[in-house]
Amino acid sequence: MEKKRKSHSVARYNKWGYIFLIPFAATYVVFQLIPLITTIYNSFFENYRSGLTIIGPNYVGLENYKTLLGNGELFSYFKNTMIMWVLGFVPQIIVSLLLGAWFSDPSLRLKCQRFFKTVIYLPNLIMASAFAMLFFTLFADGGPINSILVSLGILDEPYQFMIHVGSVRGLVAFMNFIMWFGNTTILLLAGMLGIDTSLYEAAQVDGATATQIFYRITLPLLRPILLYVLITSLIGGLQMFDVPQVLTNATGDPMRTSMTMIMYLNKHLYSKNYGMGGALSVILFIITAILSLIVFKTTASPEKKEA
Amino acid sequence: MEKDNRKKGVNVGLRRAVAYLVLILITLLCLIWFYVLLINSTRSNSELIMGFTPFPSKYLVTNWVNVMHGSLPIVSGMINSAIVAMCNAVLCTYFSTMTAYAVHSYDFKGKKPIAAFILAVMMIPTQVTTLGFLQLIGKIGLEDKLLALILPSIAAPITYFYMKQYMESNLPSSLIEAARIDGSGEFKTFNTICIPLMKPAIAVQAIFTFVSSWNNYFTPALVIHDDAKKTLPILIAQLRGADFLKFDMGQVYVTIAFSIFPVIIVYLFLSKYIVGGVTAGGVKG
Amino acid sequence: MKKRLISLLAAATMTAVMFAGCGATSDSSEAGSDAGSADDTATVAAEDEGSVLNIYCWNDEFRDRVVAHMPGYEATGDYEGKLGDVTVKFLVTPNQDNAYQNNLDENLLKQDSASADDKIDIFLVEADYALKYVDAEYTMPIADLGIADSELANQYQYTKDVMTDSKGVLKGLSWQGCPGVLIYNRAIASEVLGTDDPAEVQNAVKDWDTFKDTAAKMKAAGYKMTSTTNDAYRVFSNNVSGKWVQGNKVVIDPNIKKWVDMSKEMADAGECGTQDLWSSEWSAGFKAPGDTFCYFGPAWLINFSMGNGPDKDDDGSIAHAGGWAAANGPQGFFWGGTWICAAAGTDNAGTIAEIMRALTTNEEVMTEIVKQDSDFVNNKPAMEAAAKDDSFAFAILGGQNPLQMFCDGAGKIDLSNQSAYDQGCNEEFQKAMKNYFDGNATYEEALEQFNKAIVEKYPGLETE
Repeated sequence: MEKKRKSHSVARYNKWGYIFLIPFAATYVVFQLIPLITTIYNSFFENYRSGLTIIGPNYVGLENYKTLLGNGELFSYFKNTMIMWVLGFVPQIIVSLLLGAWFSDPSLRLKCQRFFKTVIYLPNLIMASAFAMLFFTLFADGGPINSILVSLGILDEPYQFMIHVGSVRGLVAFMNFIMWFGNTTILLLAGMLGIDTSLYEAAQVDGATATQIFYRITLPLLRPILLYVLITSLIGGLQMFDVPQVLTNATGDPMRTSMTMIMYLNKHLYSKNYGMGGALSVILFIITAILSLIVFKTTASPEKKEA
Repeated sequence: MEKDNRKKGVNVGLRRAVAYLVLILITLLCLIWFYVLLINSTRSNSELIMGFTPFPSKYLVTNWVNVMHGSLPIVSGMINSAIVAMCNAVLCTYFSTMTAYAVHSYDFKGKKPIAAFILAVMMIPTQVTTLGFLQLIGKIGLEDKLLALILPSIAAPITYFYMKQYMESNLPSSLIEAARIDGSGEFKTFNTICIPLMKPAIAVQAIFTFVSSWNNYFTPALVIHDDAKKTLPILIAQLRGADFLKFDMGQVYVTIAFSIFPVIIVYLFLSKYIVGGVTAGGVKG
Repeated sequence: MKKRLISLLAAATMTAVMFAGCGATSDSSEAGSDAGSADDTATVAAEDEGSVLNIYCWNDEFRDRVVAHMPGYEATGDYEGKLGDVTVKFLVTPNQDNAYQNNLDENLLKQDSASADDKIDIFLVEADYALKYVDAEYTMPIADLGIADSELANQYQYTKDVMTDSKGVLKGLSWQGCPGVLIYNRAIASEVLGTDDPAEVQNAVKDWDTFKDTAAKMKAAGYKMTSTTNDAYRVFSNNVSGKWVQGNKVVIDPNIKKWVDMSKEMADAGECGTQDLWSSEWSAGFKAPGDTFCYFGPAWLINFSMGNGPDKDDDGSIAHAGGWAAANGPQGFFWGGTWICAAAGTDNAGTIAEIMRALTTNEEVMTEIVKQDSDFVNNKPAMEAAAKDDSFAFAILGGQNPLQMFCDGAGKIDLSNQSAYDQGCNEEFQKAMKNYFDGNATYEEALEQFNKAIVEKYPGLETE
């Protein structure tokens, strides 16, 4: 009897779980789920605009998927996307962890912390398209970066950043790094500051070095936030669009080596190609889901030390 | 003890020097863009066409006057942007915290699948659902309404995910139980115990949401057509797309520079909470 | 003169009434009331019109022309005004990311079900994609507006060709013409060719073979012939012998291939760069002393893009020193221009005709546009007169009056070979070929890339 009442009262609390979920669920269903289902539905049809004429919708089954997966293009765009993401993400996470560790390390007693913490996020405040415009100006063949490099004698003649695979991908990665490392640092810092400082103090009293503190205390307690950073950065990476789009004038050149998957999707949206666009979206969704699953599985086990 | 400290002192001094050096480099790397932007906004269109120079010119005021006397409603654009970004920041963080709280603190039937579902849908690129979204708002009468840019922010899986991750290490369930024993209602507990504890996380996500909403061009450009409702990024695009007689990059740059200041102010205001917010909470044993 | 205008208006009103009858919408009763009495005054004509005239555009250019030059127009707001009893609304969607066309397409497709006051009445188009709209039933023939061919005799033929659909029906008019010339750097001409006289310089660029020879001379003297490979593209693509798309197939015209071959040779020889137009490398040649012999462009490029004129602040440009001059160049071409189209289903045909007549056929109004806005207007007598008038000399061209060249050029442009896919084909072709010029691909690979991009853009097309 006693037991029953208790479980009843827990259930009474738990119904609040549902109540608190209502706003999210309602909004999600209306503004995202319905459009998503439309998208999946569309992927089985031939449906596009030719000028002002609407072609379709004609049911074509898996034809759109066959076309997309048949020519191997998608794989190379996936590869481009991942290369540019990794090139940007690796320095980003290293710098962010380093800065986070420095800021939260009481033994360093860095001055002007507030200033530095504030400054690192600032690049993110500029619109991506405006940022790419600035980059374009600076890295132009006759732009200031080239004239500095030439006048310092590092280069003999201006380097054409926009026509070489490495430099275009590098610039995209660099821009992503500049725009997002502050964001990552703030996330990590918020997590680090949430860690009880008495833990650090106790460790210091016990004679732990900064490195030890970082690996033994900071990193393990940071795991949930790190996981968040990794997953969201991966998602952001897979959705990479603005920066390469503006920097390469939507071409993904040279020879589409900096074309990302969303840029490819965007090409289909131009012709209102609901069918191909829908199919591509579904494939993208599956790829992202698989990758995220892998990340979850590999980071979830608490025995692993390095993150 | 003293000896130990001295030995460490050298080490710390060196590390501190390295830290300062790196920080200064990074600061330069972060601020140079603002410098370029400011320089460009002081230059006339013809000077801009001639290429970049590191020195300011004298057209800042002229460019500004041109923008203000131009036909684009920059001021109302700023107000619209502010309304949308502010509502987004508030709604998104509040309801995402609520959703995370539901999954974190309650044990109800179907919780696992629901949590997994939200994680799965988090990965869907926004571009994917845009076409369906546009058809939908046309049907429910939200087209050309700022509300169409505000309401969807209530369901933000990525913000929810952050809140949930943050709760895992920073929201002890003992506090919630203590509140229940004190007879606090669930809704009140959420508002008075959970929200204050989540302040740093809320500040972080509020900044992110505000900034991304402020800079968002993609969806607003497709949803809003009425001039009086346009947000800043649409107006900037309109400036850039102006005809050759009016094409004036000086105006574009001055508008971009001008549009950044409100975000900086919001950012500075909120970053205070990130830096100092943790000690304000009642985390004790 | 005035009487004639009024009677024409009345005729236009009749057409409008007929149209209102066709459009199966609610407000037609108001418009159809009393067409018979519409023969004495213009105000009566306006009464039969729908009360709102919606104009879809992507920038302020057309609005500025209407505000400044449309007789009887009264601005009531930044993007709103009154023309008689009709409220005129300008609905601006920026061009960026194709947003203008997307928005226009959506609304044209909804045109039948829109209420009379929300229907599109006028929309503007550019030449590159004009046929997409002209060749569709969403655009109203000019003749149906009551404007006779004879009224358009003074317009340049190419401006009408752009707007003529596959059945030969004219569907849009423009107030401006944008014929282009070859704009060369006087100092470089004097140094390398020994003269900066337009007639003699023309001899060195009179056809593509001499053009290439001159390019080699320029290179030898340390100058670039043109700034980038894309400078000359327009000149070739305006003079093709066949359409981009024939039947359902994308065809590379011999003249386009000629551009590829010439450009590749020039790029490899270092006689020009491979950057995009409007990039800072492209415009680097505007800056004194200048490293680029010539640019291809219309009047607006000279007046608004090459730097401040001698009457303005010194910005270090060649333009400020008046150091440019114009020659006809190898072939005629045009660049830019905006056309006015009437949307089918409009309830304001009378007002539309009134606007079109005033801005595109009225010599007085158009001469005013030349004087006030430096536009090259679509009116032969007005431009011929200006060509003979020294007050129209261009200070940037060192006092040369190039208008006669523009007039000659405008007469020579032949646009019978355009297709509805030109915008996409031209853009994608230049983008794809850049890879070839840069040495990142062979011609075949670049072509394959072009084919890929075209099928993505126009899924219904086939490639070779």
